[in-house]
Amino acid sequence: MRHCFWATTLSTSQCYSLFGTRHLDATERHEGLVAAIAFESLVKLLAFIAVGLFVTFWLYDGFGDIFGRASQTPQLSALLTLGGESGSYATWASLTFLSMAAIMFLPRQFQVTVVENVDERHLTKAIWLFPLYLLAINIFVLPITFGGLLHFPDGTVDADTFVLTLPIAERQPWLALFAFIGGLSAATGMVIVETIALSTMVCNDLVMPLLLRLKALRLTERRDLSGLLLGIRRGAIVLILVMGYLYFYLAGEAYALVSIGLISFSAVAQFAPAIIGGIFWKGGTRTAAFCGLAAGFLVWTYTLLLPSFAKSGWLPITFLSHGLFGTDLLKPQQLLGLQGLDDITHCLFWSMLANIGCYVGVSLIKGPNAAEHGQATVFVDALKHPLAAPGSRFWRGSASVNDLLLMVGRFLGPERAHEAFAAYTRSRGARSVEGLSADANLVHHAESLLAGAIGSASARVMVASVVEEEPLDIDEVMNIIDEASQVLAYSRQLEQKSQELEAATNELRGANQRLQELDRLKDDFISTVTHELRTPLTSIRAFSEILNDNPRLDEGERAKFLGIIVKESERLTRLINQVLDLAKIESGAAEWHSSEIDMREVLEDSVTAVSQLFKERKIDLTVELPQKVPGIVADRDRLMQVMLNLLSNAAKFSERAPGAVTVSLAQQSGFLRVEVKDNGIGISAADQEVIFEKFRQVGDTLTGKPQGSGLGLHISRRIIEHFGGRMWVKSRPGEGACFLFTLPLARGLALFKAA
Amino acid sequence: MSRRILIVDDEPSIVTLLEFLMRGSDYEVRVARDGEEALRGAECFRPDLVLLDVMMPQRSGFEVCQKIRENPAFRGMKIVMLTAKGRDLEKHRGLDLGANAYVTKPFSTKELMSTVRGLLHTADEPDTVRR
Repeated sequence: MRHCFWATTLSTSQCYSLFGTRHLDATERHEGLVAAIAFESLVKLLAFIAVGLFVTFWLYDGFGDIFGRASQTPQLSALLTLGGESGSYATWASLTFLSMAAIMFLPRQFQVTVVENVDERHLTKAIWLFPLYLLAINIFVLPITFGGLLHFPDGTVDADTFVLTLPIAERQPWLALFAFIGGLSAATGMVIVETIALSTMVCNDLVMPLLLRLKALRLTERRDLSGLLLGIRRGAIVLILVMGYLYFYLAGEAYALVSIGLISFSAVAQFAPAIIGGIFWKGGTRTAAFCGLAAGFLVWTYTLLLPSFAKSGWLPITFLSHGLFGTDLLKPQQLLGLQGLDDITHCLFWSMLANIGCYVGVSLIKGPNAAEHGQATVFVDALKHPLAAPGSRFWRGSASVNDLLLMVGRFLGPERAHEAFAAYTRSRGARSVEGLSADANLVHHAESLLAGAIGSASARVMVASVVEEEPLDIDEVMNIIDEASQVLAYSRQLEQKSQELEAATNELRGANQRLQELDRLKDDFISTVTHELRTPLTSIRAFSEILNDNPRLDEGERAKFLGIIVKESERLTRLINQVLDLAKIESGAAEWHSSEIDMREVLEDSVTAVSQLFKERKIDLTVELPQKVPGIVADRDRLMQVMLNLLSNAAKFSERAPGAVTVSLAQQSGFLRVEVKDNGIGISAADQEVIFEKFRQVGDTLTGKPQGSGLGLHISRRIIEHFGGRMWVKSRPGEGACFLFTLPLARGLALFKAA
Repeated sequence: MSRRILIVDDEPSIVTLLEFLMRGSDYEVRVARDGEEALRGAECFRPDLVLLDVMMPQRSGFEVCQKIRENPAFRGMKIVMLTAKGRDLEKHRGLDLGANAYVTKPFSTKELMSTVRGLLHTADEPDTVRR
């Protein structure tokens, strides 16, 4: 019996190799084959329905009779329900899912739906006709099954053969023969299409790209590759059939036909995430599809394929019962301890989890690059641009008809290329092949001719080689294929560049904001300085006019007005000096005359300088100085400037009588620390940093009027920082303010003095 | 009856100046040092004209101007804004708020006096210019 199968396989493969791939068809469409399959399907349908009618209405008394009897038979009644066991609903759902996936993704389904499709309108018919066909052929499945089970209650007859055994048992040889012919034609049809589809895929998408890339073979220099292509396909057909037979031989014994089918359905379902994702989701990537497929097939192999070998005895059965390496969690049919599901559902759960997880996860981690995005747009938005011809999208430029003909000839053979071009010439109504214009349509036609032979991806590259202004030789074409990887690299670079640009933009935006802030500060400064300049100028100008216009003013008034003019002039001078001073410090042009100084002296001198002011304002000034402090190195005049600024500020803000200001000096580790403390209105926490900024005055909010140029504290802090110290303020509103600064000790000198 | 003028400024030397100028023209003068004082002064002194500095403690001159214009009791009171801020933006704001004139410091004494005299003269006529 086995040898019989073996012989059948070999002879079938010979037939298919010779006839299925007799020549390389224009678009790899086999319209005759499809017509034969269609006829075969009708024969099968008629045969099945004939048997169905015979069983239902001849052997039994209609549907009601069969189902009625089945429900009364204890062994069969359970079959009419989904079954009480846990997981039976899951089984039902997973089998439905697998069948749906199989309709789209089985290679032969794909071959007939997509590759063999000659007219898109056929699809709209297939959308309702194919399900109708499935419905029609399934109407009698249950009656025949129950009829068979009722007829052969002892279980000796294989349920797969009921359509034959029932007519035979009832002595209807002609009906049995018809059923056999239907079954045979169905089987051969399936095997033919499946084999041709697979061999084409193996040849175009696995073997040829590999061979073309192997430079050592120098294939790219051969003029005629059609013979090689045919050879590869024929080899693939033989190989596929032999492999199919081998699986049947090795594992087939342990399974029913349906189970073998389900195992392959589960494998084919692994294509679903990448294909459906590719059609509907723009975010999927090539790497992600590979990861998903690899993970899915790995899980499928482990949980379904290897167990089928184990059950047939080709792997140790302990692999099933105790798991890989005796690890319970690795039991192939109870992976990670998942129980209560049948083998198929179990495999489907884990493989889809791995597949979809990898596909979606990897896609999300690294999104599509420019090339993938472009492709995704063509697919996902295909229906948005129905008018754009598929060929014209790829091609802009000039080409020569002869180049196209030669190129197609290299893969299809010169004869068939001429034939194809001649047919095209006739369809276009042109006189000769040479008279054709190499327009987008011809280029597209050449591309589809090639696509049948070497697959669409390679065909596009080949066509691109001759339609360029400057025809590329085939070595360069191979480089174009390599460019796929370069495009990846470019797009990564682009991404990086755009990120850099974005960063630069942000920087510019920030810089612009800082500039605007500076501009605003400058405006504020000008406004402040203007105010400060205009106020004393007003007095000076107006009193000068008065003195000028009224020569006979009395002496007291004259002296008073002159006094005001002098005072306001001094105020002007002070402001101008401060602005100049700041400009010098900021530009680094300030002169510093550093020497070793005694901070006690600086404090005493500054207090003496302001004592008159404090007396006038009735402010109590306390000075707390230690007996002796180490020296520091700094510019004495600058430190005086700082102290006078702090003291006059203290006087200004201590106006709430009785005013009290304390100046103190202390030595800390490595530093001298000076405090100037008043009992005035204090400074809110928010303003404590603001007051040290240029032109910022708390006076604006406290009194509505700036109390100075807004430069004093800023200049003071810059001076202290110049000598390596720090200046800050401690205050609470209403509790006075304490300005502090530190200056580093002149360490070497300090040590010398201590010694 | 001599005209009454309210001087509002916080700079002592400016106050001295304005007082001298107004008294010299025989106007009756009162001084306010901040916005609050200015509003109180407007209430009890009922000046014919207010010389109003813009940058002051408590309430700015703009605020005082607005308050005066909102009060129907002060109808016909002239307001001259004095400011060291010379930008057009501020000038327009002052005029929009109802000031009759806007004088930028430093000013010429003659100019200020003629502005004041001009405003007080039109005040004799009914239905004075109101913005």
